[in-house]
Amino acid sequence: MLSKRIIACLDVRDGKVVKGVNFEGLRDAGDPAALARRYNVEGIDEIVILDVTATVEARQARAHTIAAVAKEIFLPLAVGGGIHSEADAAAAIEAGADKVSLNTAALKTPELITLLAKRYGSQAVIVAIDAKQQSDRYAVYVRSGQAATPRDAVEWAREATDRGAGEILLTSSDRDGTKAGFDCAMTAAVSSAVNIPVIASGGAGVFEHFADVFRAGRADAALAASIFHFNEKSVEELKRYLNSAGIPVRI
Amino acid sequence: MIALVDYGAGNLTSVRKALAAIGANVWTPTVPGELGRAHGIIVPGVGHFDATRGLTDDWRAAIKATVADGTPLLGICVGLQWLFEGSVEAPEVAGLGLFKGTCFTFTFPVNERQKVPHVGWNSLSIPRSSKLMAGIAPGTQVYFTHSYAAPVSDDSAAICDYGGPFSAAVERGNVAGMQFHPEKSGPAGLHMLSNWLRDAV
Repeated sequence: MLSKRIIACLDVRDGKVVKGVNFEGLRDAGDPAALARRYNVEGIDEIVILDVTATVEARQARAHTIAAVAKEIFLPLAVGGGIHSEADAAAAIEAGADKVSLNTAALKTPELITLLAKRYGSQAVIVAIDAKQQSDRYAVYVRSGQAATPRDAVEWAREATDRGAGEILLTSSDRDGTKAGFDCAMTAAVSSAVNIPVIASGGAGVFEHFADVFRAGRADAALAASIFHFNEKSVEELKRYLNSAGIPVRI
Repeated sequence: MIALVDYGAGNLTSVRKALAAIGANVWTPTVPGELGRAHGIIVPGVGHFDATRGLTDDWRAAIKATVADGTPLLGICVGLQWLFEGSVEAPEVAGLGLFKGTCFTFTFPVNERQKVPHVGWNSLSIPRSSKLMAGIAPGTQVYFTHSYAAPVSDDSAAICDYGGPFSAAVERGNVAGMQFHPEKSGPAGLHMLSNWLRDAV
């Protein structure tokens, strides 16, 4: 049976792993390669490097971080934050990323999804959507959850799929960093609307939250950062918990 | 020396890195004539079956001749599919035909529809002993990302199930293939690549 994936997110700034509550007030959690090595041993299924600064000068630093992580970790590795062009994507992939995650760039230039899917295959293209509920819809946000767009998350996920995206990374702008649980209703709405895997993100706090988002949220994978970074919970314990709850995972 | 055949389909960085980690010497031949000095040949591949058009007649002939001399050949992902006769993904493009059958897409019973592509970690059943799967326990999970799959036959060395069984790995003599990505499947994947490499030196 296909396992539900547990994905560790490394939020990186200037080569160091950081993680913010609602994207602000970042805390230092260490060296990305060291963290990735630990996850590898503990049984994380996939790693996402998110470069939250993502300035132009950051591209080289990012390539360095990707190469350092990719050198020792034989797991799927995705890179996001700062992928604004075909050149950004190519640099990340050449440095060792298997997938790139497009966010603002995909909204601005949706053709980039198709272009990258043609060049590297759909499996290499994740479209990241930050959203939160706003009256009767899920409004898509950009700029680290600060600016609303006119787009609806369900409709945008459908379009991204049609344009060649291979996976959707759906982050709840409300829940991110709060440890209050994933937004299961929003995840279920998006996951039911598309036939590609949906990775739920934002709000992981306790093991039960993962079980909830796999069941009620119909997520194919769940992403978390701070719950793992500070030795609060181990990936191994989480997997054992999910397994005993009847959710298929890789142990 | 292992020849990693680059026919323009996707990114070879991960495969190259994994082979380096298990001590393989790898090069990318630029003309088919170079395959004569290979101790082993790897045909990787991600994306669409149509991309295997890049393996033109001269490459096909050179690969077949080298394999006939006993050199190990390994196809990964679309590279495995290419070892079969073809794929419904691109019916007009012929595979190498070393294994019988045509690759198909996933179908699910009504009300049991699952997502396509098949992305993530899934478990292997091991129908028989093989060089490739030596030391791999049944139930071992490996990383897949694909929309088409090869049929099960006596050549299957590992079988996976997603809406029905398919060949996760095949092996006959010196020809082998893996549908999953050994280079992305943690220690188990590296173990399988090492199993293959043992014959390719």
